[in-house]
Amino acid sequence: MSGTFVGMPAFPEAARDAVRNPTLRGNLRHATHTIRAKRARAVAELDDWPALREAGRRIKDHTLRHLDRYLVQLEESVTAAGGTVHWAADADEANRIVARLVKETGESEVVKVKSMATQEIGLNEALLEEGIRAYETDLAELIVQLGKDRPSHILVPAIHRNRGEIRDIFRAEMGEWGRPAPEGLTDTPAELAEAARLHLREKFLRARVGISGANFMVAETGTLVVVESEGNGRMCLTLPETLISVVGIEKVVPTWQDLEVFLQTLPRSSTAERMNPYTSTWTGTTADDGPRTFHLVLLDNGRTDTLADQVGRQALRCIRCSACLNVCPVYERAGGHAYGSVYPGPIGAILSPQLRGTASEIDASLPYASSLCGACYEVCPVAIDIPEVLVHLRERVVEGGPAVRQGNKVILKPAKGHAAERAAMRAARWTFTRPGALRTGQRLASRTRRLHPRALPGPGRAWSATRDLPPVPAEPFRDWWQRTRGGKDGAK
Amino acid sequence: MSSRDRVLGRVRRALADVTPDERPYEEAVNRGCLREHGHRTPGQTVELLAENLADYRAIVHRGDAEELPDLVGRLLAGNGSREVLVPPSLPPGWLSAADVARLDDLAESTPHRLDQVDSVVTGCAVAIAETGTIVLDGSPDQGRRRISLIPDHHICVVRVPDQVVSSVPQALERLDPARPLTWISGPSATSDIELDRVEGVHGPRKLEVILLS
Ligand code: SF4
Repeated sequence: MSGTFVGMPAFPEAARDAVRNPTLRGNLRHATHTIRAKRARAVAELDDWPALREAGRRIKDHTLRHLDRYLVQLEESVTAAGGTVHWAADADEANRIVARLVKETGESEVVKVKSMATQEIGLNEALLEEGIRAYETDLAELIVQLGKDRPSHILVPAIHRNRGEIRDIFRAEMGEWGRPAPEGLTDTPAELAEAARLHLREKFLRARVGISGANFMVAETGTLVVVESEGNGRMCLTLPETLISVVGIEKVVPTWQDLEVFLQTLPRSSTAERMNPYTSTWTGTTADDGPRTFHLVLLDNGRTDTLADQVGRQALRCIRCSACLNVCPVYERAGGHAYGSVYPGPIGAILSPQLRGTASEIDASLPYASSLCGACYEVCPVAIDIPEVLVHLRERVVEGGPAVRQGNKVILKPAKGHAAERAAMRAARWTFTRPGALRTGQRLASRTRRLHPRALPGPGRAWSATRDLPPVPAEPFRDWWQRTRGGKDGAK
Repeated sequence: MSSRDRVLGRVRRALADVTPDERPYEEAVNRGCLREHGHRTPGQTVELLAENLADYRAIVHRGDAEELPDLVGRLLAGNGSREVLVPPSLPPGWLSAADVARLDDLAESTPHRLDQVDSVVTGCAVAIAETGTIVLDGSPDQGRRRISLIPDHHICVVRVPDQVVSSVPQALERLDPARPLTWISGPSATSDIELDRVEGVHGPRKLEVILLS
């Protein structure tokens, strides 16, 4: 993944710093709680939510188990509609393809709509090395880019910045990149947004190459879908002459009708809205409307390795709604940066170590960046059992075993005893000193009670080898208290 | 080996453990989701559309064919618009009472030129009541994607009840995926700065929807 994160400290250290940063914690708490409450209301409006969630799970699972077939079908439909399909086995290859395509247009700057896939492969940095400047156009991404920073949330990437900081960044940096911030810029959100509008519009209107990701690709029709709020997506998808979309191979769905499920579940899970302000779909190219040239780069970069893992492959169902971040007690305290990857929060804790392998210390520690409370599973609109995958990956880190890396079967060595144990124990200590995280952890222990082993997996094994684990109570005390006395929160 | 073959080969090897499921797609993903949420008369569906549009800060107006030209004229004047962008075949009467210069969207009009226009008037392909969404599909009364994007003020006319459906599933059935589609729910918005909602970062800041009966 992105070089930006190389050299990150393992999760517990990074998290410790984050916990000491009051701005970050305050903003995160506000954000996660606000979105969480709104989301519950938006979801409650649809009385078939469980059916939609199940349908989402099934569609994604069905697609994944026939992924080869659907990718080939997608390639055919996109080509038939006037697009060109490229395949990239890894980040380097994807970056090379995009750089070549941009150079062929003769341009040296591109406008980008926020895309996790391009961030994952470090596309902006790779393009810069080739002399191509990539401008992020999502307001939050602009704040991150101008602040020479990293995103900390999937949905609100600049949530770690408050308005005063944003004003300072705009004043100091906008001029370097294009139209400077207006004189006397204050820190009201409306003025800041206006400054961004003027700064970016200048770029949109002259841009000849746009780069995007996509939320969905429809195999049957060759249609790509981008879901967004600000209109910067529409700008990038519409005004340039050439559009290059870099999309993970797991984003394909079989049919046009499948979108009915995800266009209902994604906005409500993500921004807690009935519908996001803008959704654009395009099928190849259309005469006189939108880009004249369309390239689709299908990205593997660890996804097939993830697919090879029978427990972990369900992570590929993820539609990046970020609902799991907003309910995660560990994320709420640690913030997105501590995860050291493009994908923060619970989904990041299972996706990053699978996409990148668990060789580095940060990746080996990620499966421990959780209290296993299960809240992430409850909200996930495609029912990914994140706790199950976390436990599986912990075992993988500690015990090693067969895995697939870059398409080859390998036997992973157990992480060096002490290193793994240290990572685990540090994470455990970190969790246990935080009552909120621990409380929800207990809830999961109850929920999965019948699955509990008699001995602890992983580093706990030595300890439990000589002891019996106490049985887990059917219901944690605090849950019982809430259920019988509290009542108010019972519906959540 | 090409990267295409490499990736597809990896996919196939990764799935070696998966027992073949040759059930047809329809059966494998059989979904019991609702076609719409709640039962409503066509009139109630239009009411819900109006409510949800307003909830997402679109400004809703109503009128019949006779009132429409005056209404459009008033909205344009109210916005202080001097120039309005027009898709290739907007019904001729719609702008007959508007006292503004008209700019036809032509293939050669540059984004810079469109950026000088105050308003745009379009029809729509379908509107979704449950979500408060209007969908444009590039038909001649709606024009290219860019025209509803660059001007700061968008007036969209929805014919009720014909163009109104209840739900997302019903809308998808009506739409042709081969066309470039734009789904619009309220004006452009961001909540990126401390989660305060701000309208109009990049798209039109003002969306006015006329429910035409
Ligand atoms: S794992 Fe589920 S809840 Fe988390 S981002 Fe992905 S789809 Fe959303």
